[in-house]
Amino acid sequence: MSPYAALIAPFTDFEFMRRALAAIVALSLGGAPIGVFLMLRRMSLVGDAMAHAILPGAAIAFLLYGLNLLAMIFGGLIAGFLVAILAGVVARSTGLKEDASLATFYLASLALGVSIVSIKGTNIDLLHVLFGNILAMDDQTLLAIAFNATITLLVLAVIYRPLVIESVDPLFLRTVSRAGTPAHLAFLALVVINLVSGFQALGTLLAVGLMILPAGIAKFWARDITRMICVAVASAMLSGYAGLVLSFQTRIPSGPAIILVAAALYVTSLLFGSVGGLVRQLFPGRHLEA
Amino acid sequence: MSAQLQFHNVTLGYDRHPAVHHLSGEVARGALLAVVGPNGAGKSTLFRGLVGILKPLSGLISLDGLDARDIAYLPQTADIDRSFPITVFDFVGSGLWRSTGFFGGIGEAQRKTIDKALAAVGLTGFENRTIGTLSGGQLQRLLFARVMLQDARLIVLDEPFNAIDERTSGDLLALVKHWHAEGRTVIAALHDIDLVRAHFPDTLLLAREVVGWGATAQVLTAENLLNARRMCEAFDDSATACVIDPPSRAA
Repeated sequence: MSPYAALIAPFTDFEFMRRALAAIVALSLGGAPIGVFLMLRRMSLVGDAMAHAILPGAAIAFLLYGLNLLAMIFGGLIAGFLVAILAGVVARSTGLKEDASLATFYLASLALGVSIVSIKGTNIDLLHVLFGNILAMDDQTLLAIAFNATITLLVLAVIYRPLVIESVDPLFLRTVSRAGTPAHLAFLALVVINLVSGFQALGTLLAVGLMILPAGIAKFWARDITRMICVAVASAMLSGYAGLVLSFQTRIPSGPAIILVAAALYVTSLLFGSVGGLVRQLFPGRHLEA
Repeated sequence: MSAQLQFHNVTLGYDRHPAVHHLSGEVARGALLAVVGPNGAGKSTLFRGLVGILKPLSGLISLDGLDARDIAYLPQTADIDRSFPITVFDFVGSGLWRSTGFFGGIGEAQRKTIDKALAAVGLTGFENRTIGTLSGGQLQRLLFARVMLQDARLIVLDEPFNAIDERTSGDLLALVKHWHAEGRTVIAALHDIDLVRAHFPDTLLLAREVVGWGATAQVLTAENLLNARRMCEAFDDSATACVIDPPSRAA
């Protein structure tokens, strides 16, 4: 098979592949920067928990309105915030630690969501919810994902400065401005929005993958946050593209293929990355003069 | 000179336990005040109340019209995530929050100001390094540069010279005196009594309550220092409701 036939032809020949690629580009632009912040704020697993937590909201919307994307996004947003707040309240009013209470809530949410979808829908619907279906992007879904990515970039641009300062030195931000809490809440909203987007493409179980894995990759190639975000976006797009090709040429489903490629990139970065990669650590080169 | 800060019977603390008890007094505009006292005397608590991150249990702190942006606060254990990938230049640049806010650009003029601040603390050449690569002393210099950029009328420094070598603390002390000369009000919590005697005109000796407040030479007497130590220890176990200020008066 010629390289053209393997790498480019799937996209020129099939519209659903082009749509999938467009969705990947949008998801990468919105999700990867959010993933970098999640990682730097040590919230990687919170993202994962939230991904499951939005499921019942989206499922109830599905129950009421069918596959209406806007409804599912709103349902997901409401469920996501509800779980985040409830977990916080439980942690604060009882002795339970926040991560433990979050774990409880998201497991319950996942079970509830799967049950709701199963009652109304078919097994196909359930598979769709759990693993997404990036190869079946209709206009509405694609537009919604692109819209979410646009909103994410705009809001992130507005809250970028307070968000960075709050991550580095929260006390300082508290003394100069009251922007810290609103910025943090806006950031959480962006997390949920991008999870809902990812949920359409990769399903509830893998939605967070295209956010966190690229961030992990970026950490091995960049020292400052600006470059880290660029590397994360690029590697998310690369994983998406390579994953689509892989799933087109083999029997691997698209969502897992994308995440597998990202994971392979992650392992490669872990070994050969220029910032703290294992090989670099083993053979650091001669030390400098000063 | 008019008062920059007035404390009206201020009590600050945690969970109803006072850490600063019935503090009244005022700090003149442009003063250079050292706050001295044993560990647990309430120095940090006083500062947290002053900059507004801790609400007084009772009493009132009046700042004479200063708002949060007019105060530069350097906490004792700066709560900084040093693994965060931010460069020295960007970190110090956050001190310009007052003029840039959320969205204002960092233009040529601001770049020059930041470079100047870094030069003033001796960190020229470190601009593009991430903050995780700095030593403790360098980090303290960095924080001073940020305080400088905040261009605040009131500067609050909590133990700024802790765990810092002589040369660095000398450099930073020169900065403090420079701020004083510029007419800013500077308040610093310090442990080094000799340093206070040598460089700070006014002193507040604190041991939950005011032991002495005024010209340094009159406050830092052997008797006062001994008193301060004793008062801190004596108060440790008492946890009954304060009789001077019964809760019924709170309304």
